[in-house]
Amino acid sequence: MPVATTQAAPAAVAAPQPQRRRGPNLAIVPWVAPAALIILAVFGYSLFELFSQSLQYQGTWAGIENFKLVLTDPLFLTAIWHNALLLLVVPVLLALSLGVAILLLETKRGLRGYRAALFFPYILPIPVVGVVFGQLLQLNGGLNEALRSVGLAGLAGDWLGDPSRALWTMAAIIVWKEVGFGIILFLARMLSLPADVFEAARLDGAGFFRMHWNVTIPQLRGIVLFYIVNEAIVMVSWVFNYVYVMTNGQGGPGSSTVVSELYIYRAAFADQTPELAAAAAVLLFIATLGLIVSFFRLQRSGEGAFGD
Amino acid sequence: MSTTRLGAPLRHLILLILTAAALAPAYLMVTGALKSQDEFLRSPWSLPTSPRLGAFRAALGDQLAQWFLNSVVLTVAAVLITVTIAAMAAWGLVHWPFRGRDTVLALTVSLMVVPPVVLLLPLFQLGAKLGWISTYRIVIIIYVGLMLPFSIYLLANFFRAIPASIFEAAAIDGASAWRTFWRIVLPLSGPPVATLVVVNLLWVWNELLLALVFLQSDSKKTLMVGLTGFQSRYSLDIPTVMAGMSLAVLPLVLAYLFGQRYFIQGLTAGAVKGE
Repeated sequence: MPVATTQAAPAAVAAPQPQRRRGPNLAIVPWVAPAALIILAVFGYSLFELFSQSLQYQGTWAGIENFKLVLTDPLFLTAIWHNALLLLVVPVLLALSLGVAILLLETKRGLRGYRAALFFPYILPIPVVGVVFGQLLQLNGGLNEALRSVGLAGLAGDWLGDPSRALWTMAAIIVWKEVGFGIILFLARMLSLPADVFEAARLDGAGFFRMHWNVTIPQLRGIVLFYIVNEAIVMVSWVFNYVYVMTNGQGGPGSSTVVSELYIYRAAFADQTPELAAAAAVLLFIATLGLIVSFFRLQRSGEGAFGD
Repeated sequence: MSTTRLGAPLRHLILLILTAAALAPAYLMVTGALKSQDEFLRSPWSLPTSPRLGAFRAALGDQLAQWFLNSVVLTVAAVLITVTIAAMAAWGLVHWPFRGRDTVLALTVSLMVVPPVVLLLPLFQLGAKLGWISTYRIVIIIYVGLMLPFSIYLLANFFRAIPASIFEAAAIDGASAWRTFWRIVLPLSGPPVATLVVVNLLWVWNELLLALVFLQSDSKKTLMVGLTGFQSRYSLDIPTVMAGMSLAVLPLVLAYLFGQRYFIQGLTAGAVKGE
């Protein structure tokens, strides 16, 4: 496949050095250079620019003024509060996907069909999900209709237009779309566990709940940890697509679904306040960094880790 | 696998309800495209009484095909370049180990979690300076950059697990680094490369934020950006919107149905130890 690399070949061929030397061997350069250049341009340059902009106002040094402005902006505080609330989605996702994975583990007949269907939402593009749920959740849409027909009319409501519901509706849509990933992830891990562990537990007379609580789940420790951190990072910094397509880029109704990413996007491109966008982006970057560092701490303290 | 208590009927009932919940929106979308507006508003869940294809014709008349092609070009280019460059870098790092290599790899991996929105503003300003807004090249470079950390990490891990004896044999035969890579390493790397292709394809195809910001001209829009604006264009015509959405996901769904194995294996690689 990588036909495009043939031009790099001569340099590498010209260096028939023995392997496993201590110092850096210059023959490595043509192999690593393209990746290094692109990574430096995309991450190195941007992060440097971002930090320096967050400390300036129209080209002059501003110290932490931008950060003060952002941290006292009610909209930014609302946005990060919403991200914090969305973190509550993580335990829901975890419980649901572990539970379903266990049900699937116990299922032989129809396993492939169930798995294919349950994973299906994960591959759908978010704009499509946004539009279809937009219709489904109208005041007279499919969901309210279904609720009324089963006698739960009291639950029906304006799922997207009611500011007190909109964020939770968004959270539910995120769960609907993301849960499939957790299911196949956990199921794949469970199916790779040695069968004799289950065998032994069964011979000991362990019932359904005891067996999975005491045998299956503890074996998944590493991957569960990975999943929790991964999803926490998603909730803090990767929900832009959902909010953007569900609310036409506004975060509405009012500011009821504004999240930090949308705040940054709007500050940079709609409100033309790049300094505030830069400061908010730095804060978001630090938050994700904090999450990943805590993950590595936790991972080191435990044994079985994800994909060493 | 292991059959314990919790009766099979109850288990199947729960799974069937969840399956219905997972598929219901797709049902609403496809049937909505085949119904008239009135019929959809009156009874969203009923089957279409007299299916009509007019909405599909209207949706096809729009720019869907163009957006689709744009997405294909962008996705294929970005994924191909990413896998090529990542394989070279990973092989370089494995073949010529040096002091601090593992630190370099760890730093690269940690870039995986940098949210794209953080990089958006500086990259946009850079793009504007270069006059590259609304060009594919800047979007491809950014996509490649964002996909490289995971891709290098995955391939480097795989290359490291190849038994050293294979390389030693190649070295004795006088094979160059390039030859070893091309003739020995790549042919062994089918599974991780397939994984990367699937994971990266899905990511680029569904990426919205960067495409939205960088590809502003109408002729360059990706399918995701086009679809996001599709609803407001046809806000009063639900069947056409639903038909557009159905057409847009059709290739993806077909790919999923036929290549389900690759999707699932690709996305769970790493969950299974030693793979």
